[in-house]
Amino acid sequence: MTTTRRNVMAGAAAGGAALGGLPWRSARAQAANTIRIGVLNDMSGPYRDISGPYGLECTRQAVQEFGNRGFNVEIINADHQNRPDVGVNIARQWYDQGVDMIIDVPTSSVGLAVANIAREKNKVCVNTGSATSDLTGPACTPNTVHWMYDTYMLAKSTGGAMVRAGGDSWFFITADYAFGHALERDTANFVRNAGGRVVGQVRYPFPATSDFSSFLVQPQASRAKVIGMANAGADTINTVKQAAEFGITRRGVKLAALLMFLPDVHALGLQTAQGLILTESFYWDLNDRTRAISERLRPRLRDVRPNMASIANYSGALHYLKAIADMGVAASKASGAEVVARMKAIPCDDDAFGAGSIRADGRKLCPSYLFEVKAPSESRGPYDYYKLLQTTPANEAFRPMNEGNCPLVRA
Amino acid sequence: MDEIFGIPTPLLFGQLLLGLINGAFYAMLSLGLAVIFGLLNIINFTHGAQFMMGAFVAWMLLNYLGIGYWWALILSPLLVGLTGVILERTMICQLYKMDHLYGMLLTFGLSLIIEGVFRNEYGSSGMPYRIPADLAGAWDLGFMFMPVYRGWVVVFALFACISTWLVIEKTRLGAYLRAATENAPLVQAFGVNVPRMITLTYGAGVALAALAGVLAAPIYSVNPQMGTNLIIVVFAVVVIGGMGSILGSVLTGFGLGIIEGLTKVFYPEASATVIFIIMVIVLLARPAGLFGRA
Repeated sequence: MTTTRRNVMAGAAAGGAALGGLPWRSARAQAANTIRIGVLNDMSGPYRDISGPYGLECTRQAVQEFGNRGFNVEIINADHQNRPDVGVNIARQWYDQGVDMIIDVPTSSVGLAVANIAREKNKVCVNTGSATSDLTGPACTPNTVHWMYDTYMLAKSTGGAMVRAGGDSWFFITADYAFGHALERDTANFVRNAGGRVVGQVRYPFPATSDFSSFLVQPQASRAKVIGMANAGADTINTVKQAAEFGITRRGVKLAALLMFLPDVHALGLQTAQGLILTESFYWDLNDRTRAISERLRPRLRDVRPNMASIANYSGALHYLKAIADMGVAASKASGAEVVARMKAIPCDDDAFGAGSIRADGRKLCPSYLFEVKAPSESRGPYDYYKLLQTTPANEAFRPMNEGNCPLVRA
Repeated sequence: MDEIFGIPTPLLFGQLLLGLINGAFYAMLSLGLAVIFGLLNIINFTHGAQFMMGAFVAWMLLNYLGIGYWWALILSPLLVGLTGVILERTMICQLYKMDHLYGMLLTFGLSLIIEGVFRNEYGSSGMPYRIPADLAGAWDLGFMFMPVYRGWVVVFALFACISTWLVIEKTRLGAYLRAATENAPLVQAFGVNVPRMITLTYGAGVALAALAGVLAAPIYSVNPQMGTNLIIVVFAVVVIGGMGSILGSVLTGFGLGIIEGLTKVFYPEASATVIFIIMVIVLLARPAGLFGRA
């Protein structure tokens, strides 16, 4: 069953990509009244389970719920393989061929590159997948909105909480590329500002590392109280798994999962993941509205529950479509920057993230939630994994606008 | 505290031990590759995917049939080895008379397909597989904490490597195999069924990969990409040890594991590269590999 559905989805994805390469054949009048959304993400690599086909389905859900308000919406999809060159080529081709908005775009290096193309073509990019806080900092543009999480927000919530709980000496295990460096930098700043110390770090080759035991043994000499994992996906899973194996956590050393999603916890299993502290801006079992949207998504995602990255596609696409309905299709096609300006002007509200707004630098504001992973005995079944520890309100969760060096704000 | 090159001795000992454990995986995987290359002259690029299948079959046995680790250690290599036999009979056997390149392309393509199928079915973030209760826990060695399971991996890998080496070097079957490598028609003339022997050899090589997969399942995340990263290193190990040399690949596997472990202390950024630097040096100095015959 699963195979069939996924095959259909993969077929749709391939078809979408192929469609992107063909000239649009629909009649001109119909094309003028159609908004095209391109979902650009990792469909086959290490970040696939975080968004990939699930992010695509969440975007489709947004279009379905938005309904027909006088214009048509088409969705196409492609796999950027986490490579900036591939991502840039697809984005350029899509925008040239009439795609109005690109959404998702995980992997910070690809996210930054696609944001530049969106500006060059005066189209829209709603980034829900990248982590780098530079998207609303030095690299901010009038054409891009950064939805949900970034490295600053993760560092503040998880890093700050760990230091307050007594974890004042840190050792970082960092993926040796832009994202890992940014996450380490932002977290180290919080640790130092809160009075803690960074006693060491090790940077391992990405993505060619699967054994982390050497890196986990090294902090023992430094007597660090916290091991900060500045990595993501399968790397984080392996680090946590091997830390448990080497008894790191049993001797009182805390693990800080600086970027971890619900599917990662699912992959680890509660036995190994229990007690981990992590930050997400969405959890399906948070309140009545999140439960409602997760339930509506169930037929599309099968039994997989959405996480903050996949469901951000729902929220971002829905808000984008509201802005289009507000300003009209013709005006929206004339200037992507105008669409983003309208998105910033109207308030956001949806079941996934509740009421919110978008700042001048393109940052979508929402609260961040600090969770602790439940013990197996506390969990009622698959995906019942988190206990809420603390909520950081939307206006405090992200980097203050004047500290980001975004050119839009200084102007 | 005593130090060697500015690194505390306990830390160094710890890393040597961890290097040995990783070396055990390299040795087991390169052993299978060496057996297949030595006897079939096929560069088996599917090896990484078959390693991954070994881990996945162990996971499936546990989750669908409730069969635990110990049985998986026997059943998974058998099942995956059987798929290897089918693969050899239906596809690979067509290529023996052609250039090496075709075998490489076929097995590489197959590995992409196999990984794609597993990814479609199980996603990319992997499946949990717990360390069996009998091997849980850890020994405190003073200079480090040594998980019992890792010790088991080293012992078992050594056992598997030595048994394979003994079978090939010291038994009649091994003698037939070695003879068939040198001159297949002649051996066939003596009434030995060479094609069947080759098929079973491929199956055995694949089973070794699957066995390493089962050993790896409790340590690494069981995911479709788990073989991809490892296999490139393992190829380098085989090249350094000498293509087709069984003893060479086992010794090189353990040795390079240790060198890699030490690099992780002195300059972690280079830990993924160091093996390839050694490969370049070895290829320049001894093109046939450390233990290979030119």
